[in-house]
Amino acid sequence: MHCTHSITSKSDHLVQILPPKEEDLNAHTDHIPPALLAEIEEAISHYPVSKRSASLPLLHLWQNHFGFIDQDGIEWIAAKLGLNAIAILELVTFYPWFRQEAPGKTIIRVCRTLSCAMAGSYELHEKFCHAAGIDSHQGHGHGQGLQTSPDGKFSIEFVECLASCGSAPVCLVNNDLVENVSTEDVETLLNNNQ
Amino acid sequence: MNQQAENQSITVNSQRPTGIVQQRLMHPHPKEKRIIFANLSRSDYTPDIETYLKNGGYLEFKKALTMKPEAIVEEIKASNLRGRGGAAFPTGMKWGFIRRDDGKPHYLCVNGDESEPGTFKDRYILHRDPHQLLEGMLITCFALDIKLAYIYIRCEFTHVRKILEKAIEEARAHGFLGKNILDSGFDLEIYVHEGAGAYICGEETSLLESLEGKRPYPRIKPPYFPAVLGLYMSPTIVNNVETICHVKHILRLGSAEYAKMGTAGDGGTRILCVSGDVVRPGPYELPVGSVTLGELIFDICGGLRAGRKLKAVIPGGSSSKVLRADEVFKIKVKGADGSMIEKEVNLLDLVLDAASLAAAGSMIGSAGVIVMDDSRNMVWALNNLNQFYAHESCGQCTPCREGVLWMSKISTRMLSGGGIASDPSMLHTIADNIAGRTICAFGEAASWPTQSFIDKFPEEFAAAVGSAQKSKE
Repeated sequence: MHCTHSITSKSDHLVQILPPKEEDLNAHTDHIPPALLAEIEEAISHYPVSKRSASLPLLHLWQNHFGFIDQDGIEWIAAKLGLNAIAILELVTFYPWFRQEAPGKTIIRVCRTLSCAMAGSYELHEKFCHAAGIDSHQGHGHGQGLQTSPDGKFSIEFVECLASCGSAPVCLVNNDLVENVSTEDVETLLNNNQ
Repeated sequence: MNQQAENQSITVNSQRPTGIVQQRLMHPHPKEKRIIFANLSRSDYTPDIETYLKNGGYLEFKKALTMKPEAIVEEIKASNLRGRGGAAFPTGMKWGFIRRDDGKPHYLCVNGDESEPGTFKDRYILHRDPHQLLEGMLITCFALDIKLAYIYIRCEFTHVRKILEKAIEEARAHGFLGKNILDSGFDLEIYVHEGAGAYICGEETSLLESLEGKRPYPRIKPPYFPAVLGLYMSPTIVNNVETICHVKHILRLGSAEYAKMGTAGDGGTRILCVSGDVVRPGPYELPVGSVTLGELIFDICGGLRAGRKLKAVIPGGSSSKVLRADEVFKIKVKGADGSMIEKEVNLLDLVLDAASLAAAGSMIGSAGVIVMDDSRNMVWALNNLNQFYAHESCGQCTPCREGVLWMSKISTRMLSGGGIASDPSMLHTIADNIAGRTICAFGEAASWPTQSFIDKFPEEFAAAVGSAQKSKE
């Protein structure tokens, strides 16, 4: 391959690389505890070739800490990495894991893809929603992201394959995988994770 | 097997699973030959480095340091190892594309974004045996002059980043990572990168875009073959977790011994993931090509539930073409005199390897075998997959972005009784116009289910439309 040095990744030209704006960083640094800041610096250090690669790790750290990613977060991360805010916003809107609104206290992700569906995950999702007081038919059901119960205790999402088809149906309760869930387990799982 | 333990269903600690699959991992089927999963049947096996070292850990890496890097690549070529992620590309050939002396930085990206529906093998390696992966990476990076490597994992494996980072720290403390590793002059850093819930990131060029901090839109090949223009536009090897784990075992056994376990051109063992309507679903590690579909379903997985008959099998993850229970395939095999003869093979006699499934018009893919019995409605099953692909299309190419959503809407309305007579042929036409017209293989992956379900089960699709029309009359 000749002249490889002149080939750049196709979307590079779309995102102007900017130096961090001091005021953007300073405006929000008050809210960011030193421990989180240390984790952010550590994450950035994992990408010696391009700081932009730290975009997803920083979004994860931000969401894990604050619960969701607001406009402040988008601008702060962009400034930190020397990017325009759109370079971060377009990730938040693309990747299903990221959210821009606060979730319920417990997040339950029920797998809806074939092996889990064959093992009853549609009934399971329905039961979870019903027990948590969520209207599962609101919107278009599938692919609509998190639905949060009126009391704010639970957010439920019908997600695609969680790669545990051998123990279907499965769901993620916060960070823990629950395998072979039956509809009888729903009440217990909700009660234990209020 | 303890039936009570089998029925115990709930586990809330995915770090040490205790559910049905764990029971299965503890008790290998006699036909299994475990290399990658060798340690998972031991209750005393923990993911820390002390346990790993006690069990011969990092010996192959130490051996690799005494070898010529080129000799390691030759060993991998001779082993006939094929990629375990889905495309079954010969790993040694892929490695051969990297030129150590080209003066460019090289990268290794391990694909741990396991998300092909029906596939669930890497999760057990990542949770339970992280050092096996790290040792494979160390050998790979030494062979290919790589100083920076990433493990791309899906973030739904919520504990894996911490597990891997702990393993990386342990490896560093033992001198296996960092600068001048074991005084060999070889440097390597490994970092973990989490995805964020997008299936498309399992596509290798999409994974690289995601790793560069961008929307994961796949790159077009040519020119963006990862081995030429990969991460940061430098030569990059992208290999699946299971593939990289095989590397150390090839050095341990020797390529000839390793290749002997498989078939011609497809060496070693492979983890088959069986889910759906079988009595004992789970991951089973078997020599490549050593079992037929019938042996897998009825012997190893305990058959179907009482009173049920086999209806269909998706053999290699949801993207592979469905096979019908009563299908007979014409497959070319080598006769006694060495000439190729055509033989008729029933579905249950089909050997599970890349060549046989390709000959049967499907693929081994990621080896995610989804079994469906006669209680299943094929329109319902296809609609489930269509919704998956509609949700996961990245939206870069028009035929895919528009087509998969359109297909999903048609199959949904057929299910809800609103189908019209032309729907099956319309579905097929849309699929035909996606496959081959997109930047990445997602286009084919999303089209093959629709094409094959309609081709193989035309009567069910016709009936779904017919009943809809009757109910309207």
